[in-house]
Amino acid sequence: MLDQNQKPVVLEVEGLRVYYETPAGDVLAVNGVDFQLYQGETLGLVGESGCGKSTAAMGVLQLVVPPGRIVSGQVLLDGQNLLDLSERELRKLRWAKLSLIPQGAMNSLNPTMKVNRQIQDVINAHLDRTSKQEIRDRILELLQMVGLPERVYHMYPHQLSGGMKQRVCIAMAIALSPQVIIADESTSALDVVVQRVVAQTLLRVKEALGVSMIMIGHDMGLMAQMVDRIAVMYAGKIVEIALVKDIFDQPAHPYSQLLIESVPSLKEHKPLKVTEGITHDPRHPPPGCIFQLRCPLVMDQCRQQEPVSQEVRPGQWVACHAYQSSEADQ
Amino acid sequence: MLLEIRDATKIYGSSGGSKDEVVALQDFNLKIPKSPASITAIAGESGSGKTTLANAILGFVKLTSGQVIYDGQDIAHAARAQMKDYRRDVQAVFQDPFGVYNPFYRVQHVFYQVIRNFGLNHNRAEWQQMIEEALNAVGLRGQDVLRKYPHQLSGGQRQRIMMARAYMIEPRLIVADEPVSMVDASLRASILDVMLRLKEEKGISFLYITHDLSTAYQVGDQIYVLYQGSVAEKGATFSVIDRPRHPYVQLLVDSVPVPDPDVKWEGEVVFPPEEEMRSSVASGCRFYSRCSQRLDQCLQQQPPLYQVDDSDHQVACYLMST
Repeated sequence: MLDQNQKPVVLEVEGLRVYYETPAGDVLAVNGVDFQLYQGETLGLVGESGCGKSTAAMGVLQLVVPPGRIVSGQVLLDGQNLLDLSERELRKLRWAKLSLIPQGAMNSLNPTMKVNRQIQDVINAHLDRTSKQEIRDRILELLQMVGLPERVYHMYPHQLSGGMKQRVCIAMAIALSPQVIIADESTSALDVVVQRVVAQTLLRVKEALGVSMIMIGHDMGLMAQMVDRIAVMYAGKIVEIALVKDIFDQPAHPYSQLLIESVPSLKEHKPLKVTEGITHDPRHPPPGCIFQLRCPLVMDQCRQQEPVSQEVRPGQWVACHAYQSSEADQ
Repeated sequence: MLLEIRDATKIYGSSGGSKDEVVALQDFNLKIPKSPASITAIAGESGSGKTTLANAILGFVKLTSGQVIYDGQDIAHAARAQMKDYRRDVQAVFQDPFGVYNPFYRVQHVFYQVIRNFGLNHNRAEWQQMIEEALNAVGLRGQDVLRKYPHQLSGGQRQRIMMARAYMIEPRLIVADEPVSMVDASLRASILDVMLRLKEEKGISFLYITHDLSTAYQVGDQIYVLYQGSVAEKGATFSVIDRPRHPYVQLLVDSVPVPDPDVKWEGEVVFPPEEEMRSSVASGCRFYSRCSQRLDQCLQQQPPLYQVDDSDHQVACYLMST
């Protein structure tokens, strides 16, 4: 996979598999995910709940906890495979190089600590011998970057609104100027107007720092506003990855098409696109294509052979036999 | 009128000191006609009072003042028998399709319980037929779902089963409180479609409570947009969403992310952090401190609803008074 603009790759994920152990067998939550994240880009990771998008992010961060486990794969950050690192080495790297804005960030702050202490913890854990004044200045600078008033410095989380707490989490995520930020559904619990404020804060901060970002979510409208490329996940695999414009204008994979068609709009009153939601048992994916049970274009081949990802247009990669067979015909 | 709400006000914490009072709903009026069946959307952000409204209609919350009138009868003063009819005629579907099931029972238990509670029928074969019919109405088949446990179904299926349960009782109104907010995007349409079909084919009206303007736009006939307990704007959904007049509703419509990478948000929204933290003004328009077009007048008294065109489109804003 080569970027047309020849931007350097910051993060590379190869063949990542994360399974959850259950009495009835392993749930294949992330089942062979590959993607690259370029310098300064925002990559959207979309799919319905249970498709493995959050698990994939936890895999990248090496934060998978039992009963989950990373089965195989590589996560290369700066050429270093995170799977080879010890917990101690990883701890050095989290926040500093790779940070997370968690799902429901409003509940991830410690209710007994003032905002300044929480941000200070992040900074202290990584930078030794920083003077109190320097830390204080840095925290105030961070608050300003995310559009919060200075007063917030001395406040407890319960004194803040959801949108403000979310911005404190953004401030923590950028405190050590990481190379990659992973934002996991970080605005989905907020009201529309507040969501817009937080999303725009995130965009502004990202631009200012030139950091790369992976944004996980299911709101296609928000994705259209925020990201450069989109990776569409279904049942533990990336079925399509392309520039955001291509996903919206000419989605190639049948599942991406379904996803785009089901986006409600305020601009037009289109008929509802109803589909059946029966997915296979995640413990026993059928042989062949993972989308075969819901696919309107399913062919015999799809039940036998797993499609490999192919570039159907420049920068648009799709794992679907519909495209592969048409190429074979030509 | 099938359902009429008159001057409904709900104040929480009003018994003690007046300092901690929260006005969840203020002087709210609503009418749902008997026919034709319609979908009335109640839209608003968290804290706007939309769930208080749903709970007041369902009888879970007692209004501080005002009336909920069903079929001419104030439900606060209804006799026991009337109340039983009301409980049957007005059904509810809730937000969380995971929490409403008892995980120890198979899905069929949900239906058996309803049949027992309402004494719908005595014959097992008829039970099965009723259940099957209700499931078919929402696009499911008994053999696929009834013997399963809730965790074996998708969120969309679970929510459609709740619709089937409500439908089986042959209600006249279904209060659906955020029925699609926890369901995946690709399956959301299947639930909205069930609502439209029950309306068209079975003549069931809906009160559709949501924070999502785009789904309200897709299915709603009428819309009421609430802001901090009061109606900011109401009217035919097309009219309100296509041409919002209230500054808040304009901001709201404008903030819904457009699913088109070529149409980006214009400008940044800035609002005072105090306002984010909800220290609202004591009198006057609730939107005053966030409003870009505020007038002195707005602080004195809460604006009444002004008619803006010949339809039923009404806006609570002094800018409309001229």
